[in-house]
This record gives sequence, C-alpha cells and structure tokens, in this order.
Amino acid sequence: MDSIIRTENLVKRYGEYLALDRINLTIPKGSIFGLLGPNGAGKTSLIRIITQITAPDEGAVYFGNELLKESHVADIGYLPEERGLYKKAKIGEQLLYFAQLKGMSKADALAKAKEWFIRLDIKDWWNKPLEELSKGMAQKVQFVSTVLHEPKFIILDEPFSGFDPVNSDVIRDEILRLHANGATILFSTHRMETVEELCTHVVLINKAKKLLDGPTEEIRDQFRSKQFSVVTAEPLPLEALSWQVEKGNVRKEGGFLTTFSLLDGQQSNDLLGDLMRHAQIIGFKEDVPSFHDIFVQVVTQAEASK
Amino acid sequence: MNKIALIIEREYMSRVRKKSFIIMTLIGPLLFAGITVIPAWLAHRESSKTTVFVLDKSGLFGNKLKSNRETVYVVVNGDETKEKSDLKVAGEHHMLLVIGATDGKTEPEVQFYGESNPSLDLLQSVENQIAGELKTIQLKQAGIDPALVEKINPNINIQSKVLNEEGEKDGSSAAATVVGYMSGFLIYIFIFIYGSQVMMGVMEEKTSRVVEVIISSVKPFQLMMGKIVGIALVGLTQFLLWMVLSYAISTVATSFFVDKPVKQDVTSQMTMDKDTQMVKNKVEKTGFMKELGTINIPYIIGCFLFYFLGGYLLYSALFAAVGSAVETQQDAQQFMFPITIPIIGAIAFATFVIKEPNSSLAFWLSVIPFTSPIIMMIRVPFEPPLWQILLSMVSLVLGFLGTTWLAGRIYRVGILMYGKKVTYKELWKWMWY
Repeated sequence: MDSIIRTENLVKRYGEYLALDRINLTIPKGSIFGLLGPNGAGKTSLIRIITQITAPDEGAVYFGNELLKESHVADIGYLPEERGLYKKAKIGEQLLYFAQLKGMSKADALAKAKEWFIRLDIKDWWNKPLEELSKGMAQKVQFVSTVLHEPKFIILDEPFSGFDPVNSDVIRDEILRLHANGATILFSTHRMETVEELCTHVVLINKAKKLLDGPTEEIRDQFRSKQFSVVTAEPLPLEALSWQVEKGNVRKEGGFLTTFSLLDGQQSNDLLGDLMRHAQIIGFKEDVPSFHDIFVQVVTQAEASK
Repeated sequence: MNKIALIIEREYMSRVRKKSFIIMTLIGPLLFAGITVIPAWLAHRESSKTTVFVLDKSGLFGNKLKSNRETVYVVVNGDETKEKSDLKVAGEHHMLLVIGATDGKTEPEVQFYGESNPSLDLLQSVENQIAGELKTIQLKQAGIDPALVEKINPNINIQSKVLNEEGEKDGSSAAATVVGYMSGFLIYIFIFIYGSQVMMGVMEEKTSRVVEVIISSVKPFQLMMGKIVGIALVGLTQFLLWMVLSYAISTVATSFFVDKPVKQDVTSQMTMDKDTQMVKNKVEKTGFMKELGTINIPYIIGCFLFYFLGGYLLYSALFAAVGSAVETQQDAQQFMFPITIPIIGAIAFATFVIKEPNSSLAFWLSVIPFTSPIIMMIRVPFEPPLWQILLSMVSLVLGFLGTTWLAGRIYRVGILMYGKKVTYKELWKWMWY
C-alpha cells in the first residue's frame, strides 16, 4: 500500500516538555485518516511537523517516497483549528494571495476560486473584507483557502466546528468530493461521529505516544465485545435460557431489549435460533463498540497502566 | 525568493492603499511647509498694537522714539502718579515709559509700567533706541559727527575652508549643522514610525491566527523579511512623496505669502525692530544658501538612504521580534523599552555631536550600530574621514544582520506561542531552541 505520509520515530520537545515521543505513522494514499487524542496529546505538534511549520528534534517525515521538503507545501492544504485570515483584507484578494504562496499562478488561482465561489454560492462576498462576515461564513472562506491550490493531502483540524448542520453537510460533501477526486484527508477531531462516518483509518495518540493505529474496521474488530442485542415483542423467559445475559427485558425500541454476551465457541446463529422459540423477534444486532467507547477505554487503560 | 516577493507586494500594496497612508502623505508636507511658511506669515500679520505713553523728564528722547506696526509711542507731559492711575484705567495694550532726567552725559533711569510685562522685543527696541540716541548726543558733545560714525562700519566675513587631500574648499558649518540635524531627526522618526508598523503588523498576524496558515506555506523568516522590506518600501515611497510635495507646496506658498512684504522691508528704513530682523534673516539666508551649495548633496543623499535603510532594518527586526512575542499592546511596552533607549539616547547626544563632530564620543557613537544611523548621519555633512564612514557602514551592516538573525530565532517561536506572558528569560531560551 502506498503511503502519502510516513513518519519515522518522530520526537519533538519544547524545552523540558516532550510533545511527541517516537511516533511511527503511515497515512495510506487515498485514505480518510482520523487523528484522535485528548487535548494536549500532541496532535497539533504532529500536524505542525507535517506542514513544516516546525521541525522535529529527531526522526524523519516522508511525503510519498521523498523526504519531506520545502516544495511539498504546494501539495498540502492545512486548515488550523484556530481559524485566521486577514480581517481587513478583501476575501477574494486574500484567497489569491494564499494560493500564490502555495505556488499557484494568479490566473489559475482566480479560475479555481471562481469555481468554488459559484459552487458554494458565495459569489457576492468576493470584494467584502473578512470582518463583515459572520463566523460561519468566514469558516467557509477559510475552507476554500485550504483546498484552493488542489493539494494532494488535506489536513483538517476540527473542520466542522462553527458550522450549522446545513453548512456542516455542505462541507462534508465537499470533503468527500475532494476525496473522490484523489485527495488524501487527515482529520484531527474530537467528534467521534465524524470518525465513524468518514474515516477509513485512525490513529490514537495520548501524552505524546501512539496508542492505537490501523484501518477503522480492523480496530473495530479488535474491540468487538461479542455482545448482541435482541428486541422481542414479549419479554423473554430469562431463567429458562442458558445464554449469558447482560441486561434483560428493558422496555425499549418498541419491545423488550435483552443483551447477551457470547462465550468462546458460541455462535450468533445458535443464539438467534434458540430465542426464536421463546418470543417474536423484532430486532437482532451486534453491539459494535463506538469509537467513543474505544477512545475512552484505550486512554483510561493507558493512564491506569502508569 | 518568489514567495518573499509576494509577501513584499502584499505588505506594500495593503499599506499604500490605506486611507491613513494617503492622509499622512498629504498632511506631512502641509505640516512641513507650515513650519517654514507660518513663521514668516505670522511676522507679517497685523498684530495688536501696544500704545506706550512716554513721560520723558529729560526731554531728550521722547520724540525720537519711532512708532511702528506694533507699537505707538505717545509723548505725555504731566505728573507721574497721575499718569500711573490713568494707565490703570486704560488697561490692556497700554504701557507707560518713564525716562528719568539726564543732561546727556549720564544714563537716565528708565522704567516701564504696564498691566503685564512688556515683550522682550519691545524692551530691546526701547533700550536700543534710547541708547542710540544717547550715543548720538554724546558723540556730538565730544565733537564727532554721528553721520561719520554711521558710515564707518567695517564688516568682516570669515570663510572657513576645509583642507584635505582633495585640496582646499569652502567650509559649511551652519549648513552642515542644519542638514545634519534634519537628516538625523528624519531617521529617528522613520525608525519609530515604521518600526512600530512592523511590530503592529506582526502582532496582527499573530492575534488573528493567520500566521499559522501562512507559515505552512513559507518559512517564518521569509514572512518576517517580506514584511520588513515591504514596509521599508512604504516608508521610502512616503519619504519621496513628502520631499516632492513639500518642495512643491513651500515653493508655491512662499511666493504667495512672503515675497512681497520682504521686498518692502528691504527698502524700508534700517531700524532695530522686527522688520530689519527679517531683512537680516534674508541676508543670512542667502549666505546660508551659498553655504548649502558647498555641501555635496548627492553624497549626503546617498549616505542618508544607506543609514535610513540600515537603521530601519536593524531596529525593525527587533520590533518584529517583540511583536511576535506578545499578544497585547501593553505586553509590548516592556520589551519596547530597551529597544527605544539607544534611539532616544542617540537623539539626546545629537546636540553634543553637532558641537564636537570629531570628538571621540561622536566617533564611537557613530560606529556602534545602534546609534550610528542617527549619529553618523549628523556627522556626515561635517565630512568625517572616509575610513570612519566605511567602518560605521560595515558595522551597521553586521549589526542588522545580527539583529535580524536574532529576531528571526525569537520570531519563529514567538508567533506560535499563545496564552502566556513572555519573560526575558523565555526569549533567551527561544533563541537557542
């Protein structure tokens, strides 16, 4: 599998403070990669090294097959968590300026910017100074400035913060469109629903260390609890069953919800077959752990093991 | 390199288009022209008249006092106490001059009464006139024709010459003083105005967080240098426009306000009052203009541009470092202080350097890069030895390379630091990250 970004034993210190502790990471080309971690885990430090804002103290970063170098800034788009544009400058001019700093020609930047302004329906803003825009509008502009130069690798730090649900969907669709056109996306976020919905890969870091990393589905498999929830039309006679019950006959989801844990060797089909004889089945599904649960579980374990 | 050009362009264009820049560019020359034109205009304006009642007990001087535009002398005869009480009634703009009895051999006692103190000009004028008249009387008593004395009036003009390898040439102390002061002071102003613009610009980018976006595209050092150079060009533009506009405005204004009255003055009588002072100024000015001609103007302008830019580059890098380290104006103050000390110090020493342009203090201050832009520029019109200028220039170049390097190290850490108050100790640590 080709990688777009690969880090080798990255270490970053700020004086005495260790921000990144030997981070090895591979971001596959074409993935939507979730960078997860509590506040202060080192996410921003990592992003700043990839965007060449700061340099690592030890280790190396590869972009594709090459060692990360200055010309790669043209291939990377970065939306920082703390948004910022020039307040007094006109929006159109700013966008052209940022795109040119990324190495785009002015004419190309203008053509691309026009496309974006038409697609996002923000044509009227071109000559307005940023300070006249609402926060949500400014966020849209900032998103455009991040992707205007058509980067191969897009880093989005909390991209949905500050958006109402409608605009949030607009931006999500744009991100997916960029992804479909071949861009690799890195999300840094605390919103687990974003991760579940969009990410193909995740990495979890905490206190400068990598705790977990891999394709989303593999991680899910790893954290499968083998719990199944059954909703039945009438209560199940729990005493008569030989399965291990976690929660029994809770009035929920239009029936009675019971949660079973499968022991080693037990199959879900056998469970279902057995239950069918006792009650009318309305629903049957595996309780897949949410990323929220995985996140909390892994971080608490890491804290506890110290 | 291309990216620095982009940054320079943005910094330049965004500032030059600002209303404040345009207004400053227009107001500056008006102020400048005002400084040169208004005093002349004031001198020729109708001022309020003062009436001086003269009680002359000697009878020698009263009718010799000449009224002019500002003062009218009215000879009164009578009792001194009565005149004093009358004066109280007359009030403002009325004064009483009492000249004591004398036979012309001794000096009379003279007193001035009024609601407020008479102006120095008026006192001087009265003193001169009485003394002049007394002199005439005494000359006559001694049997000398006062007209003869008036005629015999030798006048020596000293020409200072500079003797060096290039031979001898006319010196120019007065012109050198004026040119030196002006250029030193301009550099001082320029460093402050544009240095703090650099600082404000850096702070704006930091607090609006736009800096993180930019330095994911360019190196922090490129951003800093682009800003410094861009603002330097703004400064040069403004300076150039000021020069051109000032020249234009003062030429027009001077011909409008001043010329006619001055011509009248030349033909008017030579008495020791304001009018003659104007004439004397005029004469001195023509001498000054002649001196100015002896100054090597292109050489001065060349040096000026060098020290102008060198001083600005040296200090603006430090201003940029301060801007990067702080988030509010208040925090900026404490770091501004040590930077401004040498600039203000240089201006404070300026008077001394003008008096002794070749003293060892002047030499050292013009070699140390923190004071040299101002001090050396003050000395340049006095034509210090070439090796001193070269030494000072080399040291200034090294100086600004040094401060720029140092500032760059602080800057690249500072612009990404939020939420804590920075101390000097921390700045020191940043330099070695």
